[in-house]
Amino acid sequence: MAPETLAFYAFGAVAVVASLLVIAQRNPIYSVLLLIASFGALSGLYVLLDAPFVAVIQIIVYAGAIMVLFLFVVMLLNAPHEETEYDERVHPLLRPGPMRFGALLALVLAGELSWALTRSGDSGRFPAGAVASVRAIGRSLFTDYAFPFEVTSILILVAMVGAVLLARREGRG
Amino acid sequence: MVPLNYYLVLSAMLFAIGTAGVFVRRNLITILLSIEIMLNAVNLTFVAFGRALGSADGQIIVFFVMTVAAAEAAVGLAIVIGLFRHRESLNPDSWTALKW
Amino acid sequence: MVDTLVIPLLKIVIVLNATLVAVTYMVLLERKVIAWAQSRLGPMRVGPYGILQPVADAVKLMIKEDITPVRADKWVFTAAPIISMVPALIVYAVIPFGPKITLFGRQVSLYITDINVGLLYIVSVASVGVYGIILAGYASNSKFPLLASLRASAQLISYEVAVTLTLVSVILMAGTLSMVGIVDAQYNQHVWYVIAQPVAFVLVLIGGLAETNRAPFDLPEAEQELTGGFHTEYSGMRFALFFLAEYANMIVVSSVVTTLFLGGWLPPFPNTPALHFLYAIPSWIWFFLKSFFFLYVFIWVRATLPRYRYDQLMRLGWKVLIPLAILNLVVTGIVKVMLM
Repeated sequence: MAPETLAFYAFGAVAVVASLLVIAQRNPIYSVLLLIASFGALSGLYVLLDAPFVAVIQIIVYAGAIMVLFLFVVMLLNAPHEETEYDERVHPLLRPGPMRFGALLALVLAGELSWALTRSGDSGRFPAGAVASVRAIGRSLFTDYAFPFEVTSILILVAMVGAVLLARREGRG
Repeated sequence: MVPLNYYLVLSAMLFAIGTAGVFVRRNLITILLSIEIMLNAVNLTFVAFGRALGSADGQIIVFFVMTVAAAEAAVGLAIVIGLFRHRESLNPDSWTALKW
Repeated sequence: MVDTLVIPLLKIVIVLNATLVAVTYMVLLERKVIAWAQSRLGPMRVGPYGILQPVADAVKLMIKEDITPVRADKWVFTAAPIISMVPALIVYAVIPFGPKITLFGRQVSLYITDINVGLLYIVSVASVGVYGIILAGYASNSKFPLLASLRASAQLISYEVAVTLTLVSVILMAGTLSMVGIVDAQYNQHVWYVIAQPVAFVLVLIGGLAETNRAPFDLPEAEQELTGGFHTEYSGMRFALFFLAEYANMIVVSSVVTTLFLGGWLPPFPNTPALHFLYAIPSWIWFFLKSFFFLYVFIWVRATLPRYRYDQLMRLGWKVLIPLAILNLVVTGIVKVMLM
């Protein structure tokens, strides 16, 4: 097997297993940590896709900023477990809802995936070369996508103000 | 090079995991994390298609998705903190006052 | 085979070992320099002038009992020192110690790899280093580490913004994200960026002090108020890993500042023909001399300045450094466009 294929399977396996454990985990701290692992694997996949810029941004933005925020909130709230007694007793994936509908949905998904894998065969090869460089991304971002880019800055501003306002303690002006 | 389909299948699996998390879990933080998984699955699709088409657009969309995800996380977590202050609970079923 | 596998692996082994040795000796250097600053002698017992002190320290830390607190989160408690150590080491992958040289008739580059997003790679790896401290504070299940880790994460995130914004103006000057490319740009533009970007230099230096939790920004491990901060509950080798990570990060910051602002491996005034005799000294020696200077500055600052108060620290970060970084970026952009 080519080293690249091997790397794809390794990163893919880490991403899927870590994501599965994220939702199967009771302690939110572990969920956050596993999600970081999953993002690390995705970052590796981006490198395989010749997108080093996205790979690095993925780590900076997701692992370095968003997940720190999550970790911070989990530590701040200090409520690691789901509350009710029932929640404590039964694992989240083994409750009646997930057991009935989840099984059905999982079957559908498995069917779809196997259908997709058998039908598509070997098509969809990537063209050699034709890689978008950081320079090309920057140029495109500040010319073709200048307007959306500016809009995201307003979005960030709104989110910032909103977060400050929402998290503020009441009754202090 | 691994074919495009493999990436699409992987991304579908991740998206399904994220969806399952939103439906199954009863913890606001885990639900937000599941949404992040879904967004990342979509990002992977964008980058894979961008690579297949040989254009930078896929990566640029990812850039925008990440900005939105950051904004969503900031506001979402602020709301979670606000809710937690009211009921000392992270279970979304605690807030059903508008149901009747 | 030799070029793609053996030489890179050899380089990795050399760099990792050199780093670990340098880190242990940094500890001795720090103790010595601070001792001299305070008219003391420093360690003198182990070996002549105490030069074997690091060996003694290492042996002591390795045979010490490794304690895990009863109510600690065991997995996270074990992982935290590792998570803080690994980023400090993998950064060296992109730091250029010298250009390509010919060694035994073979072209060898004095850097492990040169990727076209090198500087962003360093920023991203540095941003992961925060987790070691946060998780150590959480997993210890103890008051002081938790306080320290909350302080540390707030501090690291605030200063990361300032440093990253400042780095953008350097990237703007060089027109590349590759570390080797930035050094080449300084050669081609006939100027070290410490002269072209003095504000950025000072900002990155201050931010670097804060990012490595060094005095005067060592609030996360303030001995007097937090009894050691986030590593209060750690002992033995795990404590040593935190300790090593801090010093490894100091070396990283020194190397990065050297590369970005002092022309990396270039001698002073690289383009002046009258000073070409300086090329007689090998490139990597120039690099180490400059990095060593910054390491000395780190220790010097610690021996000189008192610690900041927490609110002062946050005010400095958000109200001084970040606006200055943005201003610097805007001015750099305008000047660059006008010169074009």
